[in-house]
Amino acid sequence: MAAYKRPLVGLVLKVPLNVLTPAVLTRALLALALLTLYVVSGFSRTVTVAAQAPPQRIISLIPSTTEMLFAMGAGPRVIGVGNFDRYPPEAMTRIKVGGLIDPDVERIISLKPDLVVVYGTQSDLRAQLERARIPMFLYQHAGLPDITATIRELGTRVGSAKEAHALAGKIEADIEDVKKRVSGRTRPRTLVVFGRDAETLRGIYASGAIGFLHDMLEAAGGTNVFADVKRQSIQTTSELAVARAPEVIIEIGVDTASAKGRNLSAWDALSSIPAVRNKRIYQLRGDGMMNPGPRISGSVRRVAEVLHPEAFRK
Amino acid sequence: MSIARRILVTWLLFGVAAVGVCLLAPLVGSTSISLLRVFDSSVPFAENADAQIFFVARLPRVLAGALVGSSLAASGVVLQALLRNPLATPFTLGVSAGAALGAMLALTLDLSSGIAGFSAVPIASFAGSLGAVAIVYGLARARHRGLSTNVLLLAGVTLNSFFSALILFVQFLSDFTQTFRTVRWLMGDLDVSSYAPLMAAAPPIALSFAAFAVLPRRMNLLSVSDESAASRGVDVHSTQRLAFLSASLATGAAVSLGGPVGFIGIVVPHLIRLMVGADHRLVLPASAFGGAAFLVACDTVSRTALAPLEVPVGVVTAIIGGPFFLWLLIKDR
Repeated sequence: MAAYKRPLVGLVLKVPLNVLTPAVLTRALLALALLTLYVVSGFSRTVTVAAQAPPQRIISLIPSTTEMLFAMGAGPRVIGVGNFDRYPPEAMTRIKVGGLIDPDVERIISLKPDLVVVYGTQSDLRAQLERARIPMFLYQHAGLPDITATIRELGTRVGSAKEAHALAGKIEADIEDVKKRVSGRTRPRTLVVFGRDAETLRGIYASGAIGFLHDMLEAAGGTNVFADVKRQSIQTTSELAVARAPEVIIEIGVDTASAKGRNLSAWDALSSIPAVRNKRIYQLRGDGMMNPGPRISGSVRRVAEVLHPEAFRK
Repeated sequence: MSIARRILVTWLLFGVAAVGVCLLAPLVGSTSISLLRVFDSSVPFAENADAQIFFVARLPRVLAGALVGSSLAASGVVLQALLRNPLATPFTLGVSAGAALGAMLALTLDLSSGIAGFSAVPIASFAGSLGAVAIVYGLARARHRGLSTNVLLLAGVTLNSFFSALILFVQFLSDFTQTFRTVRWLMGDLDVSSYAPLMAAAPPIALSFAAFAVLPRRMNLLSVSDESAASRGVDVHSTQRLAFLSASLATGAAVSLGGPVGFIGIVVPHLIRLMVGADHRLVLPASAFGGAAFLVACDTVSRTALAPLEVPVGVVTAIIGGPFFLWLLIKDR
């Protein structure tokens, strides 16, 4: 069997196969592994290590990083933004290049960017930009502290380190101020809802114990009723809502077609919930609320103001 | 045993089973409640958490499961007889895809004001299902006297893929959170959390079941062939029309209430046939009761298996129904 195979393969590869002893093969494999490691690490280095000159043609696909760039004064160098970017208004004058799940790679490449801000889960986009040798800034958010960390890293990468550090410091100080005002007060058990069907209690999605909505609530002096659910979100049935008996319900929503907002009276059906009985259901609207960007400290403050109105009275 | 007695026994047995499941299901859930407190009249209802969990959260949900389950299972029986195809489901003829498209549009356009105080989603999905039915029906009648079951089947399958493509397009245009909500809708959700959606879905379902009541004997004859049915005095065309329209109406109402919960319309009728044989006078009522019991039981699993998280009920029925469907494909006939 082997005697038959060897000359055939040898002919194709044009190498004397008797050279390929196990020892040689092992070394070749080892070399290949090292080479792969080198290439891969090289790729990641091109991604994370700052280029020499600050980038002049930046593309940001995600609303929060677009906001960060504008807030740290790098706005004039931003040439392309995501389809869902609405803030600051100036960002809407830039060319739209798709979104988180459907980036328009062709358009991105055609704009000849020298930096593209890419979210960690956009692996296809990453691979394509790597092939096109376009530098990237990679980031991923898991909670509140990541926001200011990303601002600092992004600022360093685009050559606006000073402004970025000042911005991040201001955000952290503002959040600290809110924390100080609410410290020592009883923390109401709160249900943070970020999605619900109109007019009914169907399709309720609430914040679990992971993510920036949960962190925001904690910083604002509330206790998450789903502190035991180690997930970003949880679909909340009416049974769960009654069983968890929140003292406060906060519906956080983005501005979409529904200018009037959700009708909160749907909750009246579950009057045994303390928040319903005591009329402590609030709606916090505005696209900044759901956006883990530079306006986050304002969002934390708005949550704190409904949880602890007395702490913010002059 | 005479057929009249067998019908009576079938009604009794399956009826008792369905009612039993519906009575037991509200007793279990992600939280434990005490029946004593549920019916404790000294605490006002507005402050009685146990009573609200029982009457507002669980009971409407169980009733929704019963309505949706029995509608889908009965529609499955009727369509399998009409199309003479054991693999037909209530979703074969495009009704569910039309309903889904309607729901997607309502969710994506975020019709937050609702329509006359009702959520826009069930209304839009019911309208979508009626639209799909009208298209399929129009096509099946266009070139034929009566209904061509071949055209019905082909038009339904084609419409299914066409609407699915439109759904994908709508999802593509919508933003991230909306896409998630639409995908979730497709998995089915019976947590209606009030009685209003039940009241809205009940009339069309009742109308369909009234039609189902006169169908079984004619379907028995039709399932042999159109000719033999006609020779026994069955008005083939009007029977086909009645079967198609009533099954579609029930399916549309069920989907608008609970979403397109899969596999009920195929698993339940076949299980029932294994138990009671092929006579539609037995299969249809037994499937209606069996579908209610099956979906309510699946929804109880969905509510409790990973509590406080919820497994979408369509996932539960698919995990049970998918392998069963495959077994059905290869089993000896």
